[in-house]
Amino acid sequence: MNLEQLLHKYQASGVETCFHDRHINPQIYAGLNGQNWSLQDYKARGGYQALRTVLGLNGAPALTQDEVIAIVKESGLRGRGGAGFPTGLKWSFMPRQFFGQKYLVCNSDEGEPGTCKDRDILEFNPHIVIEGMAIAAYAMGISVGYNYIHGEIFKTYQRFEAALAQARAAGYLGDQILGSNFSFELHATHGFGAYICGEETALLESLEGKKGQPRFKPPFPASFGVYGKPTTINNTETFAAVPWIIRHGGAAYLACGKPNNGGTKIFSVSGDVERPGNYEVPLGTPFAKLLELAGGIRGGRALKAVIPGGSSAPVLPATIMMDITMDYDAIAKAGSMLGSGAVIVLDDTRCMVKSLQRLSAFYMHESCGQCTPCREGTGWLSRMVDRIETGQGRPSDMDLLDNVAENIMGRTICALGDAAAMPVRGMLKHFRPEFEHHITHKTCLVSSYV
Amino acid sequence: MNPAHSPTMEAVEFSEATLQRFARELAKYPAEQKQSAVIACLSILQEENGQVLPAHEQALARHLDMPVMAVHEVFTFYNMFNVKPVGRYKINVCTNLPCQLRAGQQTLQYVCKKLGVNVGGTTTDGLFTVQPGECMGACADAPVLLVNDRHMCSFMSTDKIDQMIEELRANKGPA
Repeated sequence: MNLEQLLHKYQASGVETCFHDRHINPQIYAGLNGQNWSLQDYKARGGYQALRTVLGLNGAPALTQDEVIAIVKESGLRGRGGAGFPTGLKWSFMPRQFFGQKYLVCNSDEGEPGTCKDRDILEFNPHIVIEGMAIAAYAMGISVGYNYIHGEIFKTYQRFEAALAQARAAGYLGDQILGSNFSFELHATHGFGAYICGEETALLESLEGKKGQPRFKPPFPASFGVYGKPTTINNTETFAAVPWIIRHGGAAYLACGKPNNGGTKIFSVSGDVERPGNYEVPLGTPFAKLLELAGGIRGGRALKAVIPGGSSAPVLPATIMMDITMDYDAIAKAGSMLGSGAVIVLDDTRCMVKSLQRLSAFYMHESCGQCTPCREGTGWLSRMVDRIETGQGRPSDMDLLDNVAENIMGRTICALGDAAAMPVRGMLKHFRPEFEHHITHKTCLVSSYV
Repeated sequence: MNPAHSPTMEAVEFSEATLQRFARELAKYPAEQKQSAVIACLSILQEENGQVLPAHEQALARHLDMPVMAVHEVFTFYNMFNVKPVGRYKINVCTNLPCQLRAGQQTLQYVCKKLGVNVGGTTTDGLFTVQPGECMGACADAPVLLVNDRHMCSFMSTDKIDQMIEELRANKGPA
C-alpha cells in the first residue's frame, strides 16, 4: 500500500470546518459538500456565468475593463489576506497599457497562524478562484497567472491542479477563452514551508525560484513584480469573491456587509471553542454571534481574550470583544486588526505569558534574517518572554519588551517585524498584570494550561 | 555540507520518470526562467529519494541552468527540506498557538514518547523522525501532523496516533 492510501482516512473531510449549516448567507462556501468541487458541479451552481457576462456571452455586450473595475470598486471588496486594501483600487493601479508581459498572482500561501479558510476554498470550490482570477486578468489585460499554494497542503495543490486541467479542457482557460479574444493561462505552484512567503514580495522571489526574502518597496509589484514585470497580487478569498460581485452587482455585495466593509468574510475560528472551523458571515456580524456559531467557549468556560485577525494581530480582552462587530473598521478602532480573519479564542485557563511565548518563538523562527531589527529583535523578544514565563524575568524586562517592540515597528523592509512586535504590545497593553505577576512571584496567575 | 566540495560525490543521472515530472513543472514558466521550478523539483527529489544529496543539487543546478549555490540556498531556506537525514517516515506535529490550545504540544510529546525519541530525533530502526512544525494552515483541525511533507492528518487523538504508527510500521509499500 502506498502512503496516500494508508493515510487517507486521517485526512480532514471538511465536514467540521466547511460543510455545516452555521454560515450566514454564504457566497463562497454556499452549497458545498466535498464531492461537488468539479467543473460540472460548479457550473450547476451558476459557476462561470460571471465570466460569460464579462466576455459578452450572455446576450449583452461584453463589459469593458473599466466597467469591471468600477463594479469591484463599488462593491467595497477589500483584500482578504490581511491588509484589507480596496481591491478595485489595487486593480486600477495596474498599468494596463504596458506593452509586454504582465502577471496575475494569487496568494494562497496561507500560513498566518489561525487561518485555514483558503485551503477549504481551493479544495472544495477551486473553480471559483479560477473564475475570479480570469475576470481579474480580463480587467487588467493580463494573460498569465500563478496561484502560489502553501507547501504543507499538498493535497489542496493537487486538487487545484485537477481543477485547472478541467477548466483548460472546457475552454475557460487558455487561448481565446470561450471563443472570445481574451486569452489567459493559469498555473499552480507551491512553496515548501516558509511563513515569510505569504508576504507578497517574498512570494514573488519564491516564485522566481529564490529564497523568500521580501523586496524593498517601492517599486511596488504593480510596476515591478514577477520577473520585473507589472504584477497584481490578491488573496485567494479576494478572487473567490469576484464572481458573486459580477453576477449580483457591486451594490448588492456592499449591502451584504456594512459601509466600507462590503460582502461576506470567512472567519477561521480556532482554540477554545466547541466547534473550531470556518464560518462565512457578513462583515459586521457581532463577535458574540460568531462565537455562538462556533458553539461557544469549550466546556462552558469563560472567554478571556481573542486574537481577532491571525497571530500578528494584537490581542483583545473579552470585555472589548463581546461588544465588537467583525469588520475591518470596528476591529481597527478597538486597537487590533481583522487581518486574515483568523479568530484565535482563549478561555480563562490560559496564561497570556505562555501564549505569547509560543508566538514570539514562531516569529523568531520565521524571520528571514534580512533586516537587523527583525532578525535580532525577534530573538530578543522571544528570549525575554521565555525567561519571564520560566520565572527568570527581571522587573526591567517590562519596559525593555516594550522598547524592543517599538524599535522593530516600522524599521524593517516587510511587515514581519511589525507582526512580531504587535502581539507583544497588545499583550502588555491588556494583560500587563499577568506579566508582572510572573516576574514578581515566579509563578503563573492561572492554574492550568491544557 | 557545501555541495561544491563534497569529496565523495558521484554524478547523478535523473531517471526518465523524474525528468518528466520536472518537465511538467518547467512548462509553467517562461523558457528563460527555469529557476522558477527549483522548489518543485527539489521537493520531487526529496519525495523520491527521502533526502536531497549534494549530487542531486548539482545535477539539478545543471538541469535548471542555475548556480549550485543558488539551489543550495533555496534548499536550506525552506523549512520542509530535510537538511539532515530523516527516517523513512518524517512526522511533523504542529505546535503553533492555535494547535497548542488544542493539545498540539501534548500530541508532539505523545508521539515522541510512543516512539522513544526526543523531539527532532529518529528511531534506532530508522523508521520514524519526529519534529515540531510551524503553522500548516489547518488550525481548525488541531491536533494536526504532517507525514512525509505531503500527507496531512487531522484531529489526531492518541488512539488515532497509536493506530497510524502501527500501520506505518507494518507498511511494506513505498514511503
